[in-house]
Amino acid sequence: MILRQQRQSALRRALILGAAAGALAFGTSAYAEETLKIGALGVMSGPFAGWGGVMCQTFKSRAGMWNDDGGVAIGDKTYKVEVVCVDDKGDPKGAQTGAEKLVSEGVKYIQGPNTDSTAESAKTVMEANGTINMPYAFSKSLYKAPASQSILGMVASYQVGPVIYKWLMENKGVKKIAFVSENNADPIKQRDEGSAGAKALGLEVVSDQETYESGTTDFFPILTKVIGTAPDHIVLSGVSPSDVGPLIKAARELGFTGTMSTETGQDPKAIYEVAGDASNGFIAAGGASTEAIRSDFMVKFIERYTKDWGEWNDVAGLYVYGPEIMIQTLQSAGPKALEDTEVFKAALTGFVGKNPFLKDGGELKYVGRTDYGQARQVSVPIVVQAVENGEYKPLFVGKLPD
Amino acid sequence: MTQVMLNALVVGTTYALIALGITIIFSIMKVVNFAHGQLYMIGGFVVYYFNVVFGLPFWFGLVMSFLIVGLLGVAMELFLFRPVMLRVKREEVTMLLAMGTAVFLESLALLVFGEKQRGVPPIATGIVELFGARLPTGRIVVIVVAAMLIAALMAFIGYTKTGRALRAMAQDREATALQGVNLKWLSAMGFGLGTGLAGLSGGLLVAIFAVHTGAGTAISIKAFLMIMIGGAGVLSGAILGGFVLGFLESVGYALLPGSLTFLIIFLIVICFLIVRPNGIMGKPWG
Repeated sequence: MILRQQRQSALRRALILGAAAGALAFGTSAYAEETLKIGALGVMSGPFAGWGGVMCQTFKSRAGMWNDDGGVAIGDKTYKVEVVCVDDKGDPKGAQTGAEKLVSEGVKYIQGPNTDSTAESAKTVMEANGTINMPYAFSKSLYKAPASQSILGMVASYQVGPVIYKWLMENKGVKKIAFVSENNADPIKQRDEGSAGAKALGLEVVSDQETYESGTTDFFPILTKVIGTAPDHIVLSGVSPSDVGPLIKAARELGFTGTMSTETGQDPKAIYEVAGDASNGFIAAGGASTEAIRSDFMVKFIERYTKDWGEWNDVAGLYVYGPEIMIQTLQSAGPKALEDTEVFKAALTGFVGKNPFLKDGGELKYVGRTDYGQARQVSVPIVVQAVENGEYKPLFVGKLPD
Repeated sequence: MTQVMLNALVVGTTYALIALGITIIFSIMKVVNFAHGQLYMIGGFVVYYFNVVFGLPFWFGLVMSFLIVGLLGVAMELFLFRPVMLRVKREEVTMLLAMGTAVFLESLALLVFGEKQRGVPPIATGIVELFGARLPTGRIVVIVVAAMLIAALMAFIGYTKTGRALRAMAQDREATALQGVNLKWLSAMGFGLGTGLAGLSGGLLVAIFAVHTGAGTAISIKAFLMIMIGGAGVLSGAILGGFVLGFLESVGYALLPGSLTFLIIFLIVICFLIVRPNGIMGKPWG
C-alpha cells in the first residue's frame, strides 16, 4: 500500500507540475467569484523543506477542502481560498523580500515563516504593513508588545521542553542530560533555552556545547563526544527533519541506550525509514494527528493530504491548526477584517472556536498571555509522543497556559 | 581515541569516493561541477526507488545509480556544457552554468521526490567491536566496496586505453586530438564517468546515512574543499583530500567544541593554500 502510494506520489507530483504549466499557458481568466488570497511564507527547499514545504502543502489541502465545500462564508459572501506559497529558502533576506512580495499582491494573512531568523526578518514587513502572520518560530520578541502582527502557530520549544524533561525524570529516572544541535542561530537558541530549563528542573547537563555543521552526513564524530559524557538522555535541539533519523541511528550504533527527544515537529515514518528499530521510543512533540486522539475530520484531512501529495506527513497535523483558526477568526470577525487586520486583532482575545481535529473536540482559541503578555499563540494541544514502528504513540497530552 | 580514528577512516573513505567524480570532470573539462552534490543526491534517490519502492536488490539499485546519473552527466555535457564552452571561453560561465544546473536539479528533485528524508534497509546488520570502539557491519561493507571502487577506477584510468586517453586529454587536448583520439566522445564519456561516480557515491552511502533533496549543496562544498586540499584534477589528490578532510573533521569534533571544528578546518585550508595553492599533489595529472 505504502509502496503504491509512493509510486503514485511521483506521478502525482509530475501531474501537478504539468497542470501548473498548463495553467500558466492558458491563463486564469475565467473566475469571477470572490477569492480570499492567503500566503504561506517559509523554507520550502533544502534540509528544512520538511517544515515550510509541508506548511504550504497543508494549507493548500485544507483550502482545497474548503473550496470543495463551496468556499468559506465571511459575512454575506462566500470566498474561494487561494494559497500563495513563497519559498524564503531559510534566508532572512529571502523572508523579507517574500513578505514584501505577498504584501504587494494584497495578501493580508500569512502562514509562516518557520525559523526565528526568517520570522524576525519578515516581522518588519508585517508590522509596517499591518499584515498578520503565523510564524512557527519561538522568539518571544515576535509576540510580545510592541509587536502585534505575529501569532505563534505551535507550541514553543521552551514550553514543551521542560514538560518532556519532567516526564522523563519521573517516568524514566533521567538524571543526566545532553544537548546537541546544528551550528545555526535557531537550533542553538533552542538548545540554550532547553539547557536552562533542564537545569531549573534539577537535571545535570553533561553536554550542551556540541554542534554539527549543516549538511553533515556522518554524525559518528560529533556523537562519539556527546555519548562519551554518559548522558541518560540526549535532546536533539531544533533538529531539521533531514537530520533526525541519521542522528538517532548513529547514536544507537555507537551504543547509546538512553532516551532521546526533540521539541520540533517530525514525521515518524520518515524517521523509522532511516533509523529503523533504533527509532522506537524516540520522543517528539507536535503532530496532533495520532490515532488515539484524532477526530473523523482529522482522518478526512489526512486522506485529502495523502491524495494531494502522495504521502501523509505527521507535521501536517500540526500545521493544519494555523489556517483553521485563521479562517474561523475571519468568519467571526466579519468582512471588515479582510481589509483591516486591526479588526482581526481585536477579535483575538475573546475568540473561541471549535477544534475539529480532536476526537474529544474542545476549543480553539488564542492563548499566550502567560508567556507573551497578549493573546498571540494558537491553542495547539501539547502532544508528546514516542515513535513506535513508524507511528506515533501518544505519551501524554497537555494544554498551553492561557 | 580508537573510535575517533575509526570515524576518521569511515568519513575519509566516503569523502574520497565523493571527491573522485568532481576531480575527473575538473581535470578533463576544467569545469568545477557545482552540481556534483545534486548528482550525489539523485544517486541516493535512484537506489532508494529501486530498493525500497520497486523492491529490487540494493546492489542492482547501486549499478543503476551509476548508469542513470552517468547518462544524466553525458546529457549535461552534450546539451549544456559543450555548446556553451564552444561559444564562450571564460571559465566563470561554466561555473555559473554548473550552479544553475545545481539549483535546477535540486528544485526538480524536490518536486519529484518530495521533502522527506529517505533511507534503505540495512545492507548488513551487527556491530564489530575493536579495542572498545564500535563499527557497524554496514559501514565495514561500505568501506570495503568504496575501496574496491576507488581501486577499480585507479586501474581503469592508469592501465586502460580509454583511461590513458582521458589522462592525455587532461594534460593537452590538442596533442591528444592529433593522436587520433575522438575528443567529443571522450569528453562526454569522461563527464558521464564523473557524474556516474557522484551517483554511485550517493547510492552507496544511502545505505549507512540517508538522503534528502537538500543534501547536495553541502556535499558540493565539501567535495570542492577536498579537491582543493588534495590538488584539483589529480585522482590521488582527491583521495588524499578526502582522507585529510575526514581526519580533520573527526579529530576536530573530538578535541574542539563542535562550533569551532569547521572554522578551524577552513582556516587550516586557507593557510595551506597560501603556501601550496595547487594542493598536496600539485597540478592536474602532471
